[in-house]
Amino acid sequence: MRCVTLEHEEDFDGWRTAARALALANVPPEDVTWQVGDTPQDLFGDEAVLEDNSRATLTVPKPFLQLAQSVICHSERERFALLYRMLLRLQKNREALQDRADPLRKRLEELRKSVARDIHKMRAFVRFREVQTEDETRFVAWFEPEHHIVRTNAPFFQRRFASMNWSILTPELCAHWDGETLSFTEGATKADAPAGDPVEETWKTYFASIFNPARMKVKAMTAEMPKKYWKNMPESALIPDMIAGARAREMTMVQTSREGIARAGDNRAKSLSALREEAEGCRRCDLWKPATQLVFGEGPVDAALMLIGEQPGDQEDLAGRPFVGPAGQLLDRFLSDVGIDRSATYVTNAVKHFKYEQRGKRRIHSKPNGGEIDACRWWLTQEIDLVQPKVTVALGASAARAMLGKTVTISKTRGAAIELPDGSEGWVTVHPSYLLRIPDQGRAEEERARFREDLATVKARVAALT
Amino acid sequence: MAQLDTREKLAILADAAKYDASCASSGTSKRDSAGGKGLGSTEGMGICHAYAPDGRCISLLKILLTNSCIFDCHYCINRKSSNVRRARFTVEEVVQLTLNFYKRNYIEGLFLSSGIIRSSNYTMEQIVEIARQLREVHDFRGYIHLKTIPDADPELMRAAGLYADRVSINVELPTTNGLKRLAPEKDGGRIEGAMGGMKTAIEDGRDAKKRYKSAPKYAPAGQSTQMIVGADAASDGDIIVKASSLYDRFHMRRVYYSAFSPIPDASAVLPLKSPPLMREHRLYQSDWLMRFYGFQPREVVAATDDGMLPLDIDPKLAWALKFRDSFPVDINRAPREMLLRVPGLGTKAVGAILSSRRYRNLRLEDVARLTQSVRKIRPFISCVGWSPGRTTDLADLKALIVPKREQLELFAA
Repeated sequence: MRCVTLEHEEDFDGWRTAARALALANVPPEDVTWQVGDTPQDLFGDEAVLEDNSRATLTVPKPFLQLAQSVICHSERERFALLYRMLLRLQKNREALQDRADPLRKRLEELRKSVARDIHKMRAFVRFREVQTEDETRFVAWFEPEHHIVRTNAPFFQRRFASMNWSILTPELCAHWDGETLSFTEGATKADAPAGDPVEETWKTYFASIFNPARMKVKAMTAEMPKKYWKNMPESALIPDMIAGARAREMTMVQTSREGIARAGDNRAKSLSALREEAEGCRRCDLWKPATQLVFGEGPVDAALMLIGEQPGDQEDLAGRPFVGPAGQLLDRFLSDVGIDRSATYVTNAVKHFKYEQRGKRRIHSKPNGGEIDACRWWLTQEIDLVQPKVTVALGASAARAMLGKTVTISKTRGAAIELPDGSEGWVTVHPSYLLRIPDQGRAEEERARFREDLATVKARVAALT
Repeated sequence: MAQLDTREKLAILADAAKYDASCASSGTSKRDSAGGKGLGSTEGMGICHAYAPDGRCISLLKILLTNSCIFDCHYCINRKSSNVRRARFTVEEVVQLTLNFYKRNYIEGLFLSSGIIRSSNYTMEQIVEIARQLREVHDFRGYIHLKTIPDADPELMRAAGLYADRVSINVELPTTNGLKRLAPEKDGGRIEGAMGGMKTAIEDGRDAKKRYKSAPKYAPAGQSTQMIVGADAASDGDIIVKASSLYDRFHMRRVYYSAFSPIPDASAVLPLKSPPLMREHRLYQSDWLMRFYGFQPREVVAATDDGMLPLDIDPKLAWALKFRDSFPVDINRAPREMLLRVPGLGTKAVGAILSSRRYRNLRLEDVARLTQSVRKIRPFISCVGWSPGRTTDLADLKALIVPKREQLELFAA
């Protein structure tokens, strides 16, 4: 058994010298133990008697050197032996590194990756604090790396902060830069590092403000910024409160943006007409193909009342305006009965194109399906956002689905106000075309009276809310 | 209005900047201050110095110079008619903030954008002045990203590129109709004109650099742009085609997508699912397919259902499920292009397979060592001792690969 003692944890040169001699002497990996510094000697280990083979040559592919330099920094105690094993293998097969499916190669690759990540995270998460003394200004950081990377990583900080005096203190090794030379001293404790820096409060303000509470991805955060690093990052103290308060902040953001639209003034009318123009090219579902034209909503952009129907019918499709056919005429009569001014009302449909089946010369209305309603709901939502009615009435089941985003039963939802997401009131009642199709005279009268009642209630609610 | 101190302004102006998706600090030229002069370095790969609970990296000090604006774009929180609190930094404040943060290793540099005050030219002058002071007065060698204003004088745009690593101009919306409706004061033609001008300036700069060593570097990290997703009627297909044309015509380094947020609709109030964010994610994946996986825009579009990418699976898997006849792919023989088509095989895994298969005939357990999850790719590959048999053609193959939907968390992505 041979025993190699290396000077320090990342003593690459020591490892290289020893490994070269051992490999030239064909010592099998099982017969070598590797130790660092003052750790007790292996009880049964002989001193590695290394012959002077300076003339003999041992070559390795360049990528192996890079791999070894990196792997040496790992905290895994096996690393020296694993590298030696690979060195021997390379003597038999110079291409052994190319075979990335090989278990030893994979293990080394994992070690390398872990070191590279730690190096990268140190560059990212070191936080300097400014210290003023009589003769100098120095930036000092306390950091706890996972691997032995301080020596390897210090030149990065030198290149970046060459005009500053700085020190990075870690438990194992400290790095210092005085503007001219890089030096290393023994490990330190957290107490040796400064406790704070006034700029940290400003940084925390930034951290809390740049965060978007409407998009929470806590897992993505902890994947990239593991909790083990948090304790030395001043901003991480804010994270729990940021997560807890996100929902409330999101609601404020939604509210603010809603209020913003209400104040949009001139642009609201402009936007509504642009929205209509945009809808004319809509291809969100296939209903545009057979239809004559788009039938968009109409009415004042500041209407307090919005009526949503199902979809344009035969006559609406030809005229390009909502509620002008038989059902529309019936609706107009009811509206004037209860005293609602249609010209002050925004009237639209859940679906903006006419869906029909051709039977002979007639185009027979065909009910839009859920997918079509949902595809078209995008437009309706924008109309609602722009108009911001105080009261919205869904006429029939399709309109109710479009208004609420889910299927509901008319008989169960009718007659009571529903709070809509923006805080306004929604009401559900039947579609006027339903009233045209009831064969029994008596029941038809009953239903008409109920519909009239619904509209009267709505009128009262609009009056109460405006 | 009472005077705000720098921290109060920072709270307002960082909050206003958070809708900009980009925080990249990569891809610029290498430089450092090792000579003892100046401050800072850039070494190719950018560094994310912190992550916020929204999962986004904080690499740059991303702020607006001011959130006051004479424009009234509907998707923008800073529009004229919005009642957000307004603030405005002085040039000196931005310079000092950047230097103070940089010296403490909080950031890689500055990403400066602004609402438009007085005029496009006036605003642009202020932005350029900040970059100039950082570079010329303080010899700052960190990263600078400037968002430029398409209407500003071409001379000012040129100056921006002299000081910045990256410049960007937002295309804002994927369709001209959308732009007209949501940003009535902006003009799609002028935006693209400015992008074209920037592309020429960047190319001229690179040419000059080749000929004269003394020629100044000009926007070494190129230009990028951002598109808002979900505010107009564009389908994913439209967006993919638009993005690809931006890459081709203006040599964009990146096209960023930003889910319209927060969008006042039911989904924001009832966050049982958040389609805009997932949609944004899928668009980024499709962007990757075109940039690194050799997919043509039309092929990505072919993976959509009626123009929309599926939200439950990634676009590469969607493509594979639609074009089953391309599979299984023989791990030991297939060319790189085909290996890249296998759902679950990334560029690195493909590199490892190509390198390893020269030395051994890969078996399934070898493939497992080279990839993240062999379970997902198994139905699409064959190798020594493994053939998916009829699995590739199963009607419910998707169910085999996609894990069952979990109960969605209130705050999950």
